[in-house]
Amino acid sequence: MLEIRDLHCSYGDAQVVHGASLTVGDREVVALLGRNGMGKTTLVRSIMGLTSPQVRAGTITWMGDALLGLKAHEIAGRKIALVPQGRRLFPSLTVTEHLTMLKPIRTKTGWTADRIFGLFPRLAERRMNRGNQLSGGERGMLAVGRALMLDPELILMDEPSEGLAPIMVQHLEGIIAQLKAEGLGILLVEQNLYSALAVADRVYVLETGKIVYEAQAEAIAKTPDILTRFLGVH
Amino acid sequence: MNQTLLQLLNGLTFAALLFIVASGFTLIFGLLRIVNLAHGALYLFGGLVGYTAATATGSYVLGILAAMAVVALLGLVIDAGLLRFVRGNELRQVLLTLGIAFILNDLVLVLWGGDTYTVPIPDMLRGAARFGHIFYPKYRLFVLALGVAIFGLLWLLLNRTRLGALIRAGVDDPEMVEAMGINIRRVFLGTFMLGAALAGLGGVVGGAFLTLYPSADAEILVFSLAVVIIGGRGSLAGAAVGALLVGLLNSFGQVWFPELSYFVIFGPMALILAFRPLGLFGRAT
Repeated sequence: MLEIRDLHCSYGDAQVVHGASLTVGDREVVALLGRNGMGKTTLVRSIMGLTSPQVRAGTITWMGDALLGLKAHEIAGRKIALVPQGRRLFPSLTVTEHLTMLKPIRTKTGWTADRIFGLFPRLAERRMNRGNQLSGGERGMLAVGRALMLDPELILMDEPSEGLAPIMVQHLEGIIAQLKAEGLGILLVEQNLYSALAVADRVYVLETGKIVYEAQAEAIAKTPDILTRFLGVH
Repeated sequence: MNQTLLQLLNGLTFAALLFIVASGFTLIFGLLRIVNLAHGALYLFGGLVGYTAATATGSYVLGILAAMAVVALLGLVIDAGLLRFVRGNELRQVLLTLGIAFILNDLVLVLWGGDTYTVPIPDMLRGAARFGHIFYPKYRLFVLALGVAIFGLLWLLLNRTRLGALIRAGVDDPEMVEAMGINIRRVFLGTFMLGAALAGLGGVVGGAFLTLYPSADAEILVFSLAVVIIGGRGSLAGAAVGALLVGLLNSFGQVWFPELSYFVIFGPMALILAFRPLGLFGRAT
């Protein structure tokens, strides 16, 4: 279980996250909602141990161990994977290479390239294409596939639906549900409320660096207008 | 006609040497984003270590292995021992490598003096090979073959192995590689050592036909810079094409426009940069 307590993060002098706390339980899909510039990506980067922002105060623990102060590769080594904002695929690597960077192609343990291709048949057709030769949907799939090759227990997904066609967003929701059923915890950062509600167990709303709202997804489904206040969606 | 053919061969063999040296340079430049101004000094130092080892043992191959090992260790010390303190600040890193170049040069003067050395070559590579009416030094043909072989091996390493995929991914986006659980520092360090070892290899190979003398490091560094800037940072194919271009321009330029021999290389380089600022194979990151 991931637990963030009273986290303060800043970029240089600019403080972006002001005392945010949240948890992601085992096999739980938690959505972190908020408009642009509210600190969602900053929060995700802090969990992953990426060098900026600087964490000023607070704690991040995973399975009881403190993550703060660890390097990103050490955090990833604890089975936390990242699907970053903007996908950040490698332009020089083929689809297959993205999936075989971490393990030999013939590996039998955990996730394999073949399983990813089973999950995303479209990627199998594109296996020799490079990261910069894929469509938006294919990029999204590959970013998720690449993260899965870490055999994660928790995936941080930073706006995976960004720029996707509605049909692709639905496909992604199906994948998230499937991953949850396989026992993964997911922290889903979204601007898209409806996409988040479709898959999340719990929802947090982040506004100017603070968690201003937290609820079970079913509770929100009953009173959807509560979120329009925070997110300005209808 | 024969003269032109000879110049062509001279250009190609010089290009092969340049490629060996510049491939290490471009690997370091592409991944660590720094111009390692000590690369020429590593070339000279490696060449002299190779000279000493080869004369002491009588084996050219042992000379090469000694040079590569010693210079790879120097690379380890430079990257893990010195550059680590100025990580993230490109200007400081580059200045630090310049300082290392000065220190290595002085060390060369202390250890070997200011004399000119020629790395001894094996008997089988001595003399000339004959093609019809043309005689050409066997050793230079060996250098050409070695350059092609190094290109092939590096290409396989970078494009057909998982380590190669990690290196290329690291050139694209080191932070993302780190977030995938790879200690990118180790990949960087390994690449730095490999790049340094290639400089050492170049020193021995080049030291046998260009000789090794106190300013040889600066000359090879300037040529390597031209190769990598023309080819594009971090690109192996770019280094190969850049080396061919610089090698041939240098060889023909010296004959056709001897008084303009540097302009013949750096004029076209400036022209290429005017139209492709990132080099022929360079990509924005």
